[in-house]
Amino acid sequence: MSVSTFEVDVLARCREIVEDPAFTAVRRWKEAHPYQKVVGCYPVYSPIELVHAAGALPVGIIGGGNQVEIAHADARFQSFICSIVKSTLELGLTGRLDLLDGIFFHSICDPARNLAAVFARNFPNLRVEYIHYPQNLASPTAVTYFRAELERIRAALAEITGRSIADEALHDSIVLYNRWRTRIRHLYELRQAAPEKLPAAEAYTLLRAGTLMPVEEHLPLLEAALRKIPGRTAKRQDRIRVVVEGAFCEQPPVDLIAAIEQAGCYLLDDDLLLGWRWFTGDVPEDGDPLEALATSYIDRSVYCGTKHDTRAPKAAHLVQRVRALGADAVLFLCAKFCEPALFDYALYRRALEEAGIPHLFLEFEEKMWIFDRARGEVETFVESMLFG
Amino acid sequence: MAADPKTSYQGRIHLLQKELMGRYYQELTAAARDGSPPAAYMLISGNPVELVRAFGMLPVYPEVNALQIAVKKQALPYILKAEELGYSVDNCAYVKADIGLYFSGRQAPFGTIPEPALILCNYVGCNVYLNWFEHLREYARAEVFFLDIPFVRDPMAPRPEDLAYVVAQLRELISVCERITGRPLDWEYLRHICALSAKTGQLWAQIKHLTKHVPCPLDAYFDAVTLMGPLYCLRGSEEGLRFFEEAYREVKERTELGLGPLPEERYRFVIEGPPPWPYLRVFRDLFSRWGAVAVASTYSTVGGLWEFGFAHDPDHPLESIAQHMLYWNLTNRDLLRRYQQIRRYVQEWGAHALVIHSVKSCRLFSAGQGDMREYFSRELGVPTLLVESDLEDPRYFSEAQMRNRIDAFFEALEHRRLVGAEARP
Ligand code: SF4
Ligand code: SF4
Repeated sequence: MSVSTFEVDVLARCREIVEDPAFTAVRRWKEAHPYQKVVGCYPVYSPIELVHAAGALPVGIIGGGNQVEIAHADARFQSFICSIVKSTLELGLTGRLDLLDGIFFHSICDPARNLAAVFARNFPNLRVEYIHYPQNLASPTAVTYFRAELERIRAALAEITGRSIADEALHDSIVLYNRWRTRIRHLYELRQAAPEKLPAAEAYTLLRAGTLMPVEEHLPLLEAALRKIPGRTAKRQDRIRVVVEGAFCEQPPVDLIAAIEQAGCYLLDDDLLLGWRWFTGDVPEDGDPLEALATSYIDRSVYCGTKHDTRAPKAAHLVQRVRALGADAVLFLCAKFCEPALFDYALYRRALEEAGIPHLFLEFEEKMWIFDRARGEVETFVESMLFG
Repeated sequence: MAADPKTSYQGRIHLLQKELMGRYYQELTAAARDGSPPAAYMLISGNPVELVRAFGMLPVYPEVNALQIAVKKQALPYILKAEELGYSVDNCAYVKADIGLYFSGRQAPFGTIPEPALILCNYVGCNVYLNWFEHLREYARAEVFFLDIPFVRDPMAPRPEDLAYVVAQLRELISVCERITGRPLDWEYLRHICALSAKTGQLWAQIKHLTKHVPCPLDAYFDAVTLMGPLYCLRGSEEGLRFFEEAYREVKERTELGLGPLPEERYRFVIEGPPPWPYLRVFRDLFSRWGAVAVASTYSTVGGLWEFGFAHDPDHPLESIAQHMLYWNLTNRDLLRRYQQIRRYVQEWGAHALVIHSVKSCRLFSAGQGDMREYFSRELGVPTLLVESDLEDPRYFSEAQMRNRIDAFFEALEHRRLVGAEARP
């Protein structure tokens, strides 16, 4: 593979930003913009356009990865609770989230719900907002309800930033984020067309860095990547093509993603950082912008372990995605103790078996350091598919 | 410490409860055989049983079925069956027992569970509810309705938008029930049912307040669960109301006679978390041997918080059903409001300690209980004990470990008492 300055500079910088539990990049931004606020977004999805329109910086607070040692938080959350809940609390208890002016949690699962309350008690100076996402997407009233919920968040953001959010500002943010999401979609398309040119770990790092910097800065990085990557010379190898499912909240270490790929897979698609590429199409740029966000959640969002839509079963979505991408298999990459992901697995497994699509189930923890076992399991699986 | 007393459920209400629940399961079995009346699968927390009953549908509660299996110590084969299907050891065992039951021809040790005509997910409790009913829906292919109940976000009350949203969904649900049963909603009948529920809830609340007495007339955890079956399965029916009238009379009488569940009440505690159903008796006796009685429990409020002032309003049936789901139950409130509730129990019910039963299966209850403990023991100075097991899965119960922890805790309380350092928050 040819190494250009893009690889050396941009990717190295992104990786540094992503693996820095002190949030130095965000801190620098805050120093440079002393009058602007920072709002943390716990997975999965947050209305980042609203935060942006408020003149604040939306920042992904997505656990501590394998850079944070849990010393205090496991006295608060038991051993059978997923790692991201504990590491996020640990970030807070060790002062590393003191750069936040507010934080959003959501109705994704019971541990996250309780984490919101524990945050509110332990960090009384932090504005903690719990967003309830509609769970009856078939109801005609879901849009009205969710618009009202977003209106409430708009008011909360106005209190955090001390300035109200005009519809025009929100409209502009929507337009900007539509552009950003289009680039991200292109990045995935590129990977699907030529996975040898864009390893999943690189795409992931690039995307994750975007959760820690202003969209205005991240857009040019994405655009540069989209220009450079097609020109890379890399040989396609004999690997199976897989879809990764189950890692929508807690994130696997970047090196695990790389190890899985090197063990003989091309990861055509995944549900990593799903909340930052939540919409399947553009958010409407005309009409009431709040309503546009609300309808987009209901009608134009990805299926996900934390979203329950009685209109179309999740498992059908997954089978369809595998078929559409021409993938060979599904790799379940579930965070240990992640109840929604573990539940989904039972449904998905059944549907995949019916559809004759092979799959491999792997559990991970964000704090993993050694990937030999995972690599071994993937290798065995790949061999069974290639030569079995 | 006195010789280990073996406790038993006392009085007429326990027998009556057994009889009523037995009859309820006979009804279920008959419905499974005859295909009628249509069964509605629902969840415990803040359930809108009044509405389901108004259509003559049969309420079926997978949670109650799961716990009955656990009480009968027969959960493990069902759980293992679900694990064979791909469910994880870490998933809620209620769900696994229920799914295992579903794939065992719905044959429970105490009756047959009918196929659902309606899968009604009332999302008042945990997020697992959504997964659970999503799965049942795939297996059973019945009509499905996900009644979304926004979690309480404002400190004091549900928001007007939330109330409007829930009422609008209840109206949609009414159309679904009309379609399934082929008959229009009889509003008069619904009002009548709500009136029965209101009276039932009031009696239940009065019973809960009687446990403030010293000695406590009824163990508000181990005995209260006896009353919870009828509270969910029979609320809104004449026989449900009669049961609670009887129960109230009995508890009142015991209060007046100064009788408690134990020969001597030495300690009063508040308990948080669901019970370890397969080992309920064993667990209870670990406290009884110390003369310890539960005077209040959070678990007994998963279905509703009548004791803090809620009653269904027959004049506004839909609004009051919505209020019940949105606000008047433990599980739609956040952890901090649960802390407040426990704090009130400790103070108003005069408790010496807080016991937290941390349940692996149930993250709605358990996630963050370490923080709760921190709050009560460090900030309020309430002696707090945390023990771990499970509500359904017998593999997670270790009697020896449990006994050691409980004994050590009460020994320390005993010591405090001797040196006169007992604190009351
Ligand atoms: S990893 Fe799973 S269980 Fe943990 S917070 Fe995220 S969604 Fe919830
Ligand atoms: S997680 Fe808890 S509340 Fe939810 S179904 Fe399981 S036991 Fe019940």
